[in-house]
Amino acid sequence: MMKIFQQSFKSLALVLLVFLPASIFALNEGGDGGQVDTKNEVADYILHHIQDSHDFSLFSYTNDEGERKHFGFPLPVIIWSSDGLRTFMSSEFHHNDDGSVIVEKGGLKFTKIHSKIYELEQGASTVKFDADHHATNGHKVLDFSITKSVFGLLVIGLLMLFWFSGLARQYKNKQIPTGFGRVLEPLVLYVRDEIARPNIGEKHYRRFTGYLLTVFFFIWFLNLAGLTPLGFNVTGQLAVTACLAIFTLVIYSVSGNKDYWMHIFWMPGVPYLIRPVLAIIELAGALVIKPFSLLVRLFANISAGHIVIMSLIAIMFTLKESLGVVGATGLSFVLSFFILLIEVLVAFLQAYIFTMLSALFIGMAVAEHDHEHEHDDHGNEIPDAQDVRGDFI
Amino acid sequence: MYNLIGAGLIVIGAGIGLGQIGGKAMEGIARQPEATGKIQTAMIIIAALLEGLAFGALFLGK
Repeated sequence: MMKIFQQSFKSLALVLLVFLPASIFALNEGGDGGQVDTKNEVADYILHHIQDSHDFSLFSYTNDEGERKHFGFPLPVIIWSSDGLRTFMSSEFHHNDDGSVIVEKGGLKFTKIHSKIYELEQGASTVKFDADHHATNGHKVLDFSITKSVFGLLVIGLLMLFWFSGLARQYKNKQIPTGFGRVLEPLVLYVRDEIARPNIGEKHYRRFTGYLLTVFFFIWFLNLAGLTPLGFNVTGQLAVTACLAIFTLVIYSVSGNKDYWMHIFWMPGVPYLIRPVLAIIELAGALVIKPFSLLVRLFANISAGHIVIMSLIAIMFTLKESLGVVGATGLSFVLSFFILLIEVLVAFLQAYIFTMLSALFIGMAVAEHDHEHEHDDHGNEIPDAQDVRGDFI
Repeated sequence: MYNLIGAGLIVIGAGIGLGQIGGKAMEGIARQPEATGKIQTAMIIIAALLEGLAFGALFLGK
């Protein structure tokens, strides 16, 4: 009993230690203090949240003296400019996002516009915009910064390493895991027995279970982290979901057997004239549509969930005049509470669906067809027209 | 303007489709309660595919 307490305390302390710096750094900076329309401010805030950002900002407010106070901590900016590597902390931009703060590093001038870092041309001292608000005297640089999403990804990755290596180590000397491992074990078994085994098949599932487990817990933990007030939106970044979809694409393409590619390029059991047409459709399906649907589904679900939650929370500001403070806050609380409960379900469901479809695609690629083809009267094989496993989806 | 109408049409279509999937799955479960697990899995896969299609259309038409 004591041991369980100790271990959960250790995990809790670790989580706190990671996020504590947020409460210590209170950054101070003068703001314009101008009154902005509430609806526009809310829309701006939501769009800004959906995007990735270069510093970890928990919240900000304007105090009575009209100063803008930010709570959070800066993250390192690592960029590859026209003159090589430049590194500095994102606090040098002073939370500015419209290109009016210029940072000079090693003879080059950088500025940040809408979470993108631009390098100014030689001799320029301010950013010039054209009619469409594009910078005319600067260009984007290769950005390898530890942004907020990268930070969240690293934190979750380290926590997963810590939790699952602990779970694996516990099997060495006892049969039942203790502590947080007891929560993880049934989920691991669920992914293995309900997702990997029935979809990939008894013969091959062991090879792919590692990938499926990793991708399941990675997406699930990041989705859950996105629901905390820390404001991560990692699985709502196209780059992240695209990368995960490309992993799945590479795995099922590389491990696809002869029959799988045969069914793509020269579909047995259909008239010869239709086969080239089918080959184009099947190839597009295997290389473009499958990964695209994977990446768009996860991205859109998580982004839409974040937008809905934040819009419902914003009700307490936008409807303050018409409903009164208590009414607007109560309505906002009730709506956002229940949507958050649904989002907890969606967080699991999206991880499940991504893993499930990955397993299904891998299963199609490695499926072994039993070659008991029917024979016609002359002893020639009739290609198996009943075999539709490769054509599904 | 037109993309908003298109988005509305997509959502209507996806809603009808999801209703069909959910309703038929319910009927199937009511007829054969012992097949609940299999029906649910198939239902979630089809719903996910439909959702992917709807989101893809919304994403492209945005």
